[in-house]
Amino acid sequence: MELTRRRAIQIGVGALLISGLPFRASASTEDAIAAFTGGAEVGSGDVKLIAPEIAENGNTVPIEVSSDTAKEIMVLATGNPTPSVATFKFGKLAASRAASTRIRLAGTQDVLAIAKLEDGSFVQASRTVKVTIGGCGG
Amino acid sequence: MATGVKPRVKVPKSAAAGDTVTIKTLISHKMESGQRKDDDGNVIPRSIINRFTCDFNGENVIEVLLEPAISTNPYLEFEAMAPEAGEFKFTWYDDDGSVYETAKNIAIS
Repeated sequence: MELTRRRAIQIGVGALLISGLPFRASASTEDAIAAFTGGAEVGSGDVKLIAPEIAENGNTVPIEVSSDTAKEIMVLATGNPTPSVATFKFGKLAASRAASTRIRLAGTQDVLAIAKLEDGSFVQASRTVKVTIGGCGG
Repeated sequence: MATGVKPRVKVPKSAAAGDTVTIKTLISHKMESGQRKDDDGNVIPRSIINRFTCDFNGENVIEVLLEPAISTNPYLEFEAMAPEAGEFKFTWYDDDGSVYETAKNIAIS
């Protein structure tokens, strides 16, 4: 088949769509972010997410979030059936705005931490975790 | 009510006033996600701990909202400040309405 201009554009658009798929956060992830931020813009900055690069067992993946000025930190697993993981709200007597826990990941995916800072702005950090065995049963 | 739920908490016995103490908590709970199916293909209903709070002498240290993506036997580690001697109170809230509580005293050295 001759490569016409129209055909080239079609191929290009198709390739873009396919390559974009794994990175397109599911609608429920966006909903969860919107519910947390109230639609405010999410920048990057004072929030850190520590997660292993490779997790052998998706049933228990240790993660740690920290920030200097966050009031709340929400953790999302974008590839899970329900993306919400946990929300940490720091009180008056929290010595540091940091916490760690263990989470379930259904498969290789991006884990997001979104922090609400004291000045009301939102920042996020993300890590890709490769999961050898998923942790959602089924 | 989920059976065999047992909270375990590690808090230093004493600390200097205003010092940072690291607190580790673990509660044995199956945290059924609501995603799994049994042998007959029926979905096992969700049963998790959905909220955890830690208070010191009535002041909040941390509140955590837990979702099904938290592992079995939820483990949480965080840092608190103890301005005076007193009691750390830990509370877990189950989906079924059960509330699990435990407390630890800390002295000022």
